[in-house]
Amino acid sequence: MRQYEMIAGLETHVELSTKTKIFCGCTTAFGSEPNTHCCPVCTGMPGTLPKLNARVVEYAVRAGLATGCRINRISKMDRKNYVYPDLPKAYQISQYDKPLCEWGRIELSNGRTIRITRIHIEEDAGKLVHVRGNTLVDYNRGGVPLIEIVTEPDFRSADEIREYLETLQLTMKTIGVSDCKMQEGSLRCDVNISVRPVGSETFGTRTEIKNMNSFTYMEKAVAYETERQIDLIESGGTVVQETRRYDEASGMTESMRGKEDADDYRYFREPDLVTIAVTDEQIEQWQADMPELPRHRLDRYTNQLQLPAADAALLVKYPRIAAYFDEAAQGVNARTVANFILGALFRRLPTDAEKENAAFPVPAAYLHDLAALIDGGKLNMNLAKTTFEKMLDTGKPVSDLLTQADLAGLDAEALAAVCRAAVENNPAAVADIRAGKEKAMGALIGYVMKATRGKADAGAATALLKQLIG
Amino acid sequence: MAVQGKIAALRGRMLRREVSCEEITRAYLDAIEKKNGALNAYVLTTPDTALHTARAVDAKIARGETLAPLEGIPMTLKDNISTKGIETTCCSRILKGYSPIYNASVWEKLAGQNAVLLGKTNMDEFAMGSTCETSCFGGANNPYDLDRVAGGSSGGVASAVGGGMAAYGLGSDTGGSVRQPASFCGLVGLKPTYGAVSRYGLIAYASSFDQIGPITVTAADAAAVCDAICFYDEQDSTSVPRRYEPAAGALEQDLRGVRIGVAKEFMQAVQPAVLKAVEEAIAVYRSLGAEIVELSLSTLSIALPVYYILACAEASSNLGRYDGIRYGYQAGTAGNLNECICRTRSEGFGPEVQRRILLGTYVLSAGYFDAYYKKAQTLRGAVVRSFDEAFAKCDFLLAPTAPVTAFRHGRAAANPIETYQSDICTVPVNIAGLPALSLPCGFDPDGMPIGLQLIGRAFDEKTLLAAAHRFEQATDGAYLCREVLA
Repeated sequence: MRQYEMIAGLETHVELSTKTKIFCGCTTAFGSEPNTHCCPVCTGMPGTLPKLNARVVEYAVRAGLATGCRINRISKMDRKNYVYPDLPKAYQISQYDKPLCEWGRIELSNGRTIRITRIHIEEDAGKLVHVRGNTLVDYNRGGVPLIEIVTEPDFRSADEIREYLETLQLTMKTIGVSDCKMQEGSLRCDVNISVRPVGSETFGTRTEIKNMNSFTYMEKAVAYETERQIDLIESGGTVVQETRRYDEASGMTESMRGKEDADDYRYFREPDLVTIAVTDEQIEQWQADMPELPRHRLDRYTNQLQLPAADAALLVKYPRIAAYFDEAAQGVNARTVANFILGALFRRLPTDAEKENAAFPVPAAYLHDLAALIDGGKLNMNLAKTTFEKMLDTGKPVSDLLTQADLAGLDAEALAAVCRAAVENNPAAVADIRAGKEKAMGALIGYVMKATRGKADAGAATALLKQLIG
Repeated sequence: MAVQGKIAALRGRMLRREVSCEEITRAYLDAIEKKNGALNAYVLTTPDTALHTARAVDAKIARGETLAPLEGIPMTLKDNISTKGIETTCCSRILKGYSPIYNASVWEKLAGQNAVLLGKTNMDEFAMGSTCETSCFGGANNPYDLDRVAGGSSGGVASAVGGGMAAYGLGSDTGGSVRQPASFCGLVGLKPTYGAVSRYGLIAYASSFDQIGPITVTAADAAAVCDAICFYDEQDSTSVPRRYEPAAGALEQDLRGVRIGVAKEFMQAVQPAVLKAVEEAIAVYRSLGAEIVELSLSTLSIALPVYYILACAEASSNLGRYDGIRYGYQAGTAGNLNECICRTRSEGFGPEVQRRILLGTYVLSAGYFDAYYKKAQTLRGAVVRSFDEAFAKCDFLLAPTAPVTAFRHGRAAANPIETYQSDICTVPVNIAGLPALSLPCGFDPDGMPIGLQLIGRAFDEKTLLAAAHRFEQATDGAYLCREVLA
């Protein structure tokens, strides 16, 4: 069998987190009673007119700036006409030939670049709810603002798609334009996919798999569809251009409609809205307001702060965690702070959702103070670790948890005295050590630590004990 | 003769307490009772709310409070202007039973000033037509001759005002739908500049052309209504924020030295009686000291196809929402969803609306878009530019409103193309988004009114209203609806 490569391009819909909808004043809040967040405008009542929410333009341009897009100073809205019960006007207000943003890029860790063709704004449709054989329509989501991010056919594997989507998700969250929750449908993607023999320069016929809202299903769907197309070609068949749906139960994709059944959307300029103008001043302002993007943050953590790549990636993955880290690591050893966060703190935030929400038991300043004590040699790591745990338990600052004596340090004499006591009071362990059982040293160190409330330096104590035992 | 308005006259009598608002309202309701059977102007009357409002106005008068200019004046709205809780059908079967849950901005404003709504008036279905005959309620008749149409699409408003069944009314003008019925019924009809009057709540036919405008007895009436309905509305993105200069107080303008453009293209293929009346009107303006400038508007020849392509394209999209699922007419629930929607639309829309939906869908379709829609959009720009050039040479343009006087019933349905062509004098104005008004300027040998059209620069309604007012004064109101004005 010949070797094939898959080629894919993505269309990703990201729900923007503006407070109100794109063309009316209704709230965009998720999860309320059906049809409670709608008005004559977003239900398309006769005679109503849309009014463009300026925040939507701002958020979309911010998304474009974060992905290196060129921002069109002049753009417009168009009508995309099609009939479906979740679309009360029988057209979606979208952007056709003058999108807000064009020609951006997202870099992958393998050095490849995914080119972004365009980012445009549009309104979401309502939602069909199937209840006991009836289909009901909930218009709460109708008119929620979306950006559609379209890429060139630059993907060569499902892993690349996943990384791209994760980067996109993180970028949008970091700049605060979307929460990108796949499970709530605020990030959905369509994959255009084709295969060709390795070495071929021409594209094969593509199919489009619609509306995937989880990474797992996306990966399975892409794997299945790639195999299906290769098998088809190998068995002498041809791929037909069509739209397919991934069935989660069977793990297969199935045809929804062919090219000949494709809608003719009859795009034309939306006459109810005026031209959208974005000024240079606005763009400069939004560029200046831009927080550090994930890829820049990652660079800083690995290069400037010298964190291991895996640790840096884990911190960057959760924008709130990264911000917490940045605050705590100000002027102290970053690796120490990272270790506390990735260890003790992460154990208390086991799920992704908890890490996202990052309800920290203590302010970053507490962790910073703790790390400063370690840096200053006032606190050894053992005591620091138990102190941090206590801090997380009680929410108290380091000054409440450690006494002056704890922080006073331990002079050589005091340590020698404790070590002597350890030898005297643990004859069995001493005998074992003398008999060559190195492990028994643990009991003596334990004694020393207990007696010094963890202040003793384990290395120095071990050396001293060995000397005493001879 | 000092021709004042119907509105000013009623207001004066109310304020002098010669007659109460309730009595005036009852008189109009009686007139509707007596005449509407013959004229078919109203498709719905709202006597209870009318009388309720009238009593509120009387109470204000009794308390000595000041009244807004249109307060207490009985009026009507075309049936495509949304009225909360009052059925609004666009005279289409598909919207039968539909009561809006909100008010059109214009009605919200007028209702807030206690305008007395007598009812909703007849129109061509979804404003598509020039005779009012495509209405699912049957057409409105012409008060001058019941065998003739009142014009369209705002025929019901013209029939109601001309028939003495409302002091004024609001229609909508997409390609001449306010001016042409005003012309056919001997009334004043004003189409304001696109963006001057909010479209929020006006059920769309062709969004980039539609504009609400008054049909009144005199130019002074039109000025009073214009002042009340021209305001910036943030709910309509195409509404233009600007400093508004009221027209009502600025009607007595000297016309000496004013340049009036007459384009020869407007005068072609016009009935002899219409041509004669327009030429006489030109002579009147000359006698008032205006300078007549002959010029050419070469793009007029492309106006009709440009209009019908673009308006139908927008209509095909605007009317896509009527599926019978959420409101209005539904042709049963048998079969699947698509069958249900198909049957509803086939039964709910009349033939003219179906024709325009099909036409519009066609010109937007893949493979035809460039040849029709895109080309028409380009030519729209050419029409705009040719008006700009004309306004470099004159202050406003003068033309017939329609090449003909009111049709006899049934003529339009038999000759759709000929009927489309009768819009030639009015559609160029909508293409360019300019203000224009029609005022009565004569009668044909059958005694049917003839309309004179004045076309102005964007947002210069004031000049047109003043010029119309001057014409009425100079001609002693000879062509006005004297019976109604009395």
